Formats: sequence, C-alpha cells, structure tokens
Amino acid sequence: MSDRTTPEENISPEERAALAAEQQQIVAELEPGLPVVETIPPPVTGGEIIAAPLSKASARGRSPSRILWMKLRRNRTAMFGLYTLALLYASTILAGFLAPYRYDYAATSLPFYPPMLTRIHFFDESGSLTRPFVYAISPVVGQHAVYEEDRTRRYPIRFFARGGQYHILWVIKSDIHLFGVDQPGHIFLFGSDGDGQDIFSRILYGAQVSLSIGIVGIAISTALGMLIGGISGYFGGATDFALMRAVEVLLAIPSLYFILIMRNMFGSAMSSLEIYLVMVIILALIGWATEARVIRGMVLSLKEQDYVVAARALGFSDARIIVRHILPNTLSFVIVTATLSVPFYILGEVALSFLGVGIQLPEASWGNMLIAARNNYYLKTYPWMLTPGLFIFIAVMAWNFLGDGLRDAADPRTLG
Amino acid sequence: MKTFLIRRILAAIPLLVIVTFITQAMLVLSPGNFLDELRLKPNMANYIAEMEEKYHLNSDNVLERYWYWLKPALRGDFGNSFMKSAPVSSLISERMLNTLMLTGSALIFSWALAIPLGVLAAVYRNRWIDKLCGFISFFGLSIPSVFFSMVLVYFAAVTGWFPAGGIHDQVNWDYMTGAERVLDTLWHLVLPTIVLGTIGMAQYMRQMRSEMIEVLSQDYIRTARAKGLSRWRVIRRHALANAINPLVSLFGLSLAYLLAGALITEYVFDWPGLGSLVYEALVSKDEPLVMASVTMLVVMLVIGNLIADLLLAIIDPRVRLE
Repeated sequence: MSDRTTPEENISPEERAALAAEQQQIVAELEPGLPVVETIPPPVTGGEIIAAPLSKASARGRSPSRILWMKLRRNRTAMFGLYTLALLYASTILAGFLAPYRYDYAATSLPFYPPMLTRIHFFDESGSLTRPFVYAISPVVGQHAVYEEDRTRRYPIRFFARGGQYHILWVIKSDIHLFGVDQPGHIFLFGSDGDGQDIFSRILYGAQVSLSIGIVGIAISTALGMLIGGISGYFGGATDFALMRAVEVLLAIPSLYFILIMRNMFGSAMSSLEIYLVMVIILALIGWATEARVIRGMVLSLKEQDYVVAARALGFSDARIIVRHILPNTLSFVIVTATLSVPFYILGEVALSFLGVGIQLPEASWGNMLIAARNNYYLKTYPWMLTPGLFIFIAVMAWNFLGDGLRDAADPRTLG
Repeated sequence: MKTFLIRRILAAIPLLVIVTFITQAMLVLSPGNFLDELRLKPNMANYIAEMEEKYHLNSDNVLERYWYWLKPALRGDFGNSFMKSAPVSSLISERMLNTLMLTGSALIFSWALAIPLGVLAAVYRNRWIDKLCGFISFFGLSIPSVFFSMVLVYFAAVTGWFPAGGIHDQVNWDYMTGAERVLDTLWHLVLPTIVLGTIGMAQYMRQMRSEMIEVLSQDYIRTARAKGLSRWRVIRRHALANAINPLVSLFGLSLAYLLAGALITEYVFDWPGLGSLVYEALVSKDEPLVMASVTMLVVMLVIGNLIADLLLAIIDPRVRLE
C-alpha cells in the first residue's frame, strides 16, 4: 500500500475496481510480455485487491520490469530482504578484506575463546575516551579453554591493518584488512572455535560457499527447468508425458535422501572445488523439477496465444519460437519461483556439509562450521558455535522476504 | 473404492521400480564397496569370496545387480545387513516405527496449531493476531532445521527441562513400567516434534488463512449469518468444512518434505529413525540396508498419499474416488 496521497485514494471501491481493470487493459497492451502476468495463480495472501491505482498517463510507457520494481519498492519487508541480501553478498565478495584473519588461520593455543564483541574497550582505566582496544588474552594454566584478560597489555584495533594475503574475486590481491590487532593479540568478534580459528572470519569465508551455491544452483536449475518445461509444454504428447513422469518421481522422493545417495556416488577423494561443483550439480539436478512443472503449465496456455500462432505461421522454427517468443514471457514468474527456491540450495549445501559429505576442513562453509556444535558438551559450554546457524537463518529469511514481495508484485491483481 | 485402491497400488509399482533401480545404479557406480576395508585384514579371503558370491558385488552390471536384489525382494527377503549381519527387515522395522512416530507427532503438532491460528488470522485479518501469525509462519518457513534443532538441544542442555537427544532414557529404561516408558518416550519426542512440525505448521497456516479468507467472502456465509447464526457457529460449521479441503491435499504433497526434514532432525537429536539409518548405511556402504530403506521410504510416501486422498473423499462429499 502506498503512503502517497493522491486524489484517487478517495474514490469508491467500485470505481477503483473499474479503474484497475482499465489499467490492466492498458498494461496488457503495452507489451506482449504481460499476458503472462495474468496467468499467474492468485497469491497465497488471499483474494484482496491491494490497489493504489495509477493514472492512465503514468501507466503508459512503463516496462513490465519497471512496474514490478515500483511495486516491489513499496513493500517494506521485501525491501528489507533485498537490502539484507545486498549486504550479505557484498560482504561475501569482500570477505578477505572484512575478515581480520584468513579462513585457515588457527591460534591453536586459544580454542573456544568467547565472543569479543562486548570486550572491545573504548575507555582506558582512567575513564577517558581512547581509540578502541582489546586486552591480551591469556589461557588459565591447567584448564582447557578458560581465559582471563591480561589488563597490563593492550592491543589497539588498527584499521586497514596488514595481515594474511587474500584475493577478492580471484583477481585483486591484497593483505590489507579492514581491522585487526597486532600479534600476539587476537580479536575474535564472534569467538573462536575448537582449533582457535576466528568464527567471524570463517563465517565470511563460509558465506562464499554457502551463499554462492544458491545463486549458481538456481541459475543451472532455472535454465534446465525453462528448457525442459518449455519443450514439454510446447510439444506435448509422448515427450510431455515422459518428462512429467520424471518430474513427478523427482518431486515424490524426499530430496535429502536422494541428494545423499547421489553424493555417495561421487566418492570422497575430491578437492574442495570439485566437491563444490558436485554439490551444485546434484542440487540443480533435483531442483529443476519444480521450475519445469510450473513453466510447462504456462507454456501450455501461452502456445495458444495469437502471437505464437503468428510466429508459427511466419515459419519460425520450434526452437526459435520456444526460446525467443514463449520463454521470455514466463520470465516474471520464473524470477519469483527462482527467488523462492534459492533457500533450497543454501540449505542443501548446509545439510551436506553438516553431515560431513560437503565442504571439508580447512575450507569453511556454514554447514561444516556447525559440525562442532553437534557435540552436546561443546554446544552447552560454547554456544557461540551456533553463530553460523544464525546467518543461515538470516539469509534464508531474506530470500523468503524478497521472494514473497516479488510474488505479490508480479500479481496483476495488485496494481502498482 | 476398490478399483481406486487397486489402481493406486498399481500406479505405485513403476515409481518403486524406478526409484530402487536408480538407487541401485548409483550404489553400483559409487567407488568402492563394503568389502574394501575387510580386504586389508588377514584371514578374510573366504568371507569376502562368500559375500561377493552371495551379493554379486564384483559385478558392475547395474541390471544384473538390480535383478539379484529384486528377485528375493519380491518375496520379501531384503538380505542381510553388511555391518550388523542381521536381516535388514528386522533392523528397519524398528527404525521405521520411530520415524513414523516422529513424523506422525509432527503432523499432529502442525495441524493442531495451524488450523486454529489460520482461522484466527483470517477472521481478524490485518489485526495484530494476523500479523503475529504472519510472523510465525515466516519464522517457521525460514528457520533451517539444523539450526532450530541445535538451538533446542542447547535449550534442553542448559535448562535440563527436556532430554537433549535420544529416544528414551538410557539408564532407567530397563526398570520402567509400561506407562513410564510411554511417558519417557513422549518426553523425548517433544523437541524433535517442535522442529519438524514448525515448518509444516507455517505452510498449513498460510494455506488455511488464505482459504478461509476466500470462503468467508462467499455468499452462503453471508446467508448463514443473515439467518441469525452466530459468527463462530458459521465459521465452525460452514466455513471451516470448506476451507480445510485444500489442506488435506497439501498434506499428501508435504509428506516428502517431512521425511526429508526428518533426516536432519533425527541426526541432530540422535533419534534412531530411518533417516539416520540411511545415512549410516550410506557411509558404511551397506547396500542391502540402503536399498531396503529407500524402498520403505517410497512405500511410506505412497501410503501417506493414499491416506490423504481417502481423507479428502471422506470429508468432502464432492470428491469421488474414481
């Protein structure tokens, strides 16, 4: 709903509905791309018309994607999701710079150090403001993972400090970190794990695996789903029957079992990159089914549209009609389904790595970081081992927020 | 009714064959087998030869291997487990019962919460209770079961109010009476049920809300109200009966999700169910166990879907079982 107050806000519901219908007409005429939008099933939120109608003039000359964006921008939760994702993915790209330590750096003498977020001091002993610093950490002799702050030694937090080398997007090489403290001091914002590795840094590096797998996986499975769904819906007949039975089998089996059995097929003697690729491929091979089924349904109705018949009459090849004329019209719905399916890939990676058949140490992923918390004693004593789980939750939630907003925005019954 | 049942059971056969065949193929294609580790030990040659003879493990021909699995399986003989050298069927039946117990209680949990909350959210649309329900459903759809399970285990470990894992008390189980055993098992069931039931609850609640909103705008609801029936009587007797039907079909669809989610939940809570069994069997390359578990999973799914359809036919007289 809009915060704007336009004269149209005061009209009666009947007039508003009439206006909405008229606009739908206008929008539909703008581009052949829009009839699609009409075939989208009603949103789960029920049948209410959230209409803050546009004037005729402003509806003209807007592309469907622009309308989608305008409607999305009004949705506060969706935008919140979008901003969260932007933040998460940006920090994933800049992981090396933002993380004070490399993913494989281990302060072996400091296992399970508690989070230091609250142990950053801004005032010195006399109470006057100083540059932020942390105290030195010294293990209590004779006890495992018990520490005390050594108040005699201070380590100021240095910004743009030099540390371990890293690459940003495989290209930019650097050793400058956003912040850090001089050796032998340590700064563990979210604490350290059993090997004395910085959880904050490893979450950033782990995001490179766990978050990117969502994007790569959805790209592959959407392409597969569009292709197979397009072929299935366009040709019909025996092809359609066979492909749809395959889809049903895939949807009928509990995915995680299938993923595990498939993963088992590849053995375990692989490099991290190979494991990553295998995981993406497995997840995408299972994930395309949902997309294909939805797209098939849309293609079934689209292929009867006049412009497709016209294209066929012009003698275009089937491949060209599917790829150039039909599939682009399914795009808005494809985007919605894809956005809502990203969590499947993120959670799939997490599950595999958590079960020990995904990303292996010393590489970090949100899933394999949680393995340590499987031990009930560790979990109880060092609850900060759960932090990666919180990030999984946030990422999945943000994708769901965005996907939900996109679905509402792509629904023609809610005019922007 | 009879033809319906026969047709559905016949339709399940290709599904079973395809799924077990794919599983067998992937097991054959996976590197190594159960015997690899035994080969390193001395005095195992006879045993290895015997196993290879019995299970045709040295053949890489998928069709051949599948046939040698299928032939006895059709007679109900799923072979012996490699790692526990006991008949697979006896190992699986207990695990299956545990998984059924967990998924069953998760279903009850999600339905018992989703229906009243969904109705309330629809009736008080856009009010605070609707917003709260919206928040709960977002939370439930987004929280990863790995994380949720662990948070609850942490909660159990810190407060000591609930057992932090397992299916029953390890120490006192043997000394318990029947009633105490039931109570103890239920006690262990609480946390895994919450984890597994929450995601289903979120889905059902959303569905229930939107169906209810749809139904409440119908003319016959207004008529019923105009007759002078009270609001809640109309909701209970007229609206709910119609709004609940799509939920029942959703139940059939969500079974696969439920069983997949059960794997992780069982793993974290040390719940001795089918999920953790499949995982263990895969890790130790215990082929007969994997094959039988997958078969049982598909059978459970087919039966679950069948039950959903029958339920729908019972509660909705417009549905005919053809």
